[in-house]
Amino acid sequence: MSPRRVRAESDAVGRQDRPLRITVDGEPVDGVEGQTLAGVLLAADRLAWRRGRSGAPRGVFCGIGVCFDCLVTVGEDRDVRACRRRARDGDEVTTQSRAPGGLVDRNEPTPPPTEK
Amino acid sequence: MTHRDIVVVGAGPAGLAAAEGALAAGARVTLIDSADQPGGQYHRMLPEAYEATRPEALQHGWTAFQRRLRRVRGHPDCAWWSESSVWALERPDPAPDRDSDLDRDPDRDSDPDRDREQPRPPRVHVLRGPADGSGRRRTTLEPDALVLAVGAHDRVLPFPGWELPGVFTAGAAQALAKGERVVVGDRAVIAGTGPFLLPVAASLLEAGAQVLEVLEANTPRTVARGWSQRPWQLAAQAGKSGELAEYTALLLRHRVPYRTGRTVVEARGDGRVEEVVTARLRPDWSVVPGSERTLAVDAVCVTHGFSPQLELPVAAGCALRGTLGGEFVAVDDDQATSRPGVYAAGEITGVAGAPAARAEGALAGWRAAGGDPDTAAVRRLRRSRDQGRAFAERLARAHPIGAAWPGWLRPETVVCRCEEADYASLCRAAADPAGSAARVAKLATRAGLGPCQARVCGPTVAELNARLSGAPADREAEGLPVPAPHRRPLAQPIRLGELAAAPQPPHQP
Ligand SMILES: Cc1cc2nc3c(=O)[nH]c(=O)nc-3n(C[C@H](O)[C@H](O)[C@H](O)COP(=O)(O)OP(=O)(O)OC[C@H]3O[C@@H](n4cnc5c(N)ncnc54)[C@H](O)[C@@H]3O)c2cc1C
Ligand code: FES
Repeated sequence: MSPRRVRAESDAVGRQDRPLRITVDGEPVDGVEGQTLAGVLLAADRLAWRRGRSGAPRGVFCGIGVCFDCLVTVGEDRDVRACRRRARDGDEVTTQSRAPGGLVDRNEPTPPPTEK
Repeated sequence: MTHRDIVVVGAGPAGLAAAEGALAAGARVTLIDSADQPGGQYHRMLPEAYEATRPEALQHGWTAFQRRLRRVRGHPDCAWWSESSVWALERPDPAPDRDSDLDRDPDRDSDPDRDREQPRPPRVHVLRGPADGSGRRRTTLEPDALVLAVGAHDRVLPFPGWELPGVFTAGAAQALAKGERVVVGDRAVIAGTGPFLLPVAASLLEAGAQVLEVLEANTPRTVARGWSQRPWQLAAQAGKSGELAEYTALLLRHRVPYRTGRTVVEARGDGRVEEVVTARLRPDWSVVPGSERTLAVDAVCVTHGFSPQLELPVAAGCALRGTLGGEFVAVDDDQATSRPGVYAAGEITGVAGAPAARAEGALAGWRAAGGDPDTAAVRRLRRSRDQGRAFAERLARAHPIGAAWPGWLRPETVVCRCEEADYASLCRAAADPAGSAARVAKLATRAGLGPCQARVCGPTVAELNARLSGAPADREAEGLPVPAPHRRPLAQPIRLGELAAAPQPPHQP
């Protein structure tokens, strides 16, 4: 197991979970209201969702809107920092890539793949 | 006294105290934060939707914080702007023609303090709406004085594998655990330097993760020498000792080893972190050969100190001061910056923790609003601010970044995360006789030119360039402007559509 939400029943802060569902590249992903998109993705054990120039996977690094590693497209809005945007039920999230063939920098030379 | 309009940017410990101070001095306050809840990093609140019945379980000083929040938000002269990002500060004309300034308020001219505030502070450009959304509302404010309290973010030095998913800043782990109850992994190592390692370990333990080790890179000697004698007494003055003692007890209870003089020198894994290599360090952070150990983990949380968010102070034209711990905004005894009408408080002036940030904020707000500089309460604030500054200095001395850290870099180690510029390419650019200046290196390697605009790698690249080329970091290259770190005309991203849309009057709900 990896990242996850503390279980509501045993959470010291005494919280309520109201479920929500977003889609990520068309696939449904469940979270709870109040979470950031990054939180939803992490708690669904998606550690990475963006690809860098070399194709290397990226997810959350700084968690507070500084590093831009976590960028996603939400509906029509490109380059949304997932760590800063609260998820809303029904959000349609599309992942991004800066690698050739990804959404950005299509005409860059092909770097060697760093990831199998 | 006239009602001054004060804008406070940042609603963390410093900004909230600034708002309270300014309100107490009779000002009208607009308190702005890009987050949807006040509190900043230290008092990061749970989302309202969680309907938490015991939010105080994760917080220190919760009652006092709630009281302050009520006083500020409930004040008739305070406008609280959540989800509002200051994306630019626009300086007034450098040499205002005072005589032709026809629409000056005669009331204001009779106020002797006004003189100090010519020219006026910068105009504050704000975007209001969900983070990075399109169609946010654009508004401009023209305050009589501005208090900047925008805080800091973790500084993380590069090491092989630090770009793997599962390597987080310590602040990210903290923000996720405290702010939305997400724990970043089950088997975590926390590494770097500074007292911040402890609250992060505590949060992960509280959230049910296994913390395998907490690694302080500095040796016990460096730490002890920095704090000199009686460190806890000093911490007590800064209001931190109880908290730190609590964390230490928690580590003991969970039998989490706290090791000094050791750090994570590599993270490995296939698409995500699976193991780390830790090594013993000498006082200068050179690796002791043969001391490497491998540990299976699913999360690594790293911090090597804090970098202040300097883009707004730099945009306002505020002078910076170099310290042992890096550059910060220079302020005087009243928290005034070098720019008239611009005050600064909290971690952008030095890293001393929340209590110090509060004292600075209260002083900055009070003085920005024209409050009496010489009351007993103000003297008390100055004293506690001075204790905070002393604490910051000790902190920097006890937890320095060792000069030999680049020893753990390899040629293929990514230095700039955004552009994936590696150490070898920086070395190549520096070896080129024309390439030693930072700006040339930047163009040749693309280091610092990615989406984060060098917020993460900036100080590291500058340091490496200076060392590799033997030239000071800001040496001018032929025909190119001197690089200005922290100069980011857009402090926060804005979409073209939003820029094109007409600005709206500020005082709409
Ligand atoms: C991620 C993280 C977590 C931390 N957690 C702890 C902790 O648990 N315990 C601890 O002792 N210390 C913690 N710290 C250290 C922390 O910085 C200080 O303790 C304290 O919060 C500093 O107070 P501040 O008011 O100076 O800044 P902050 O608390 O950082 O507040 C700054 C505020 O300014 C806002 N802001 C910044 N730029 C803009 C802009 N352009 N427009 C609008 N708003 C803006 C931010 O959203 C933020 O709310 C943490 C630091 C970080 C980076
Ligand atoms: S994780 Fe750094 S910007 Fe979101």
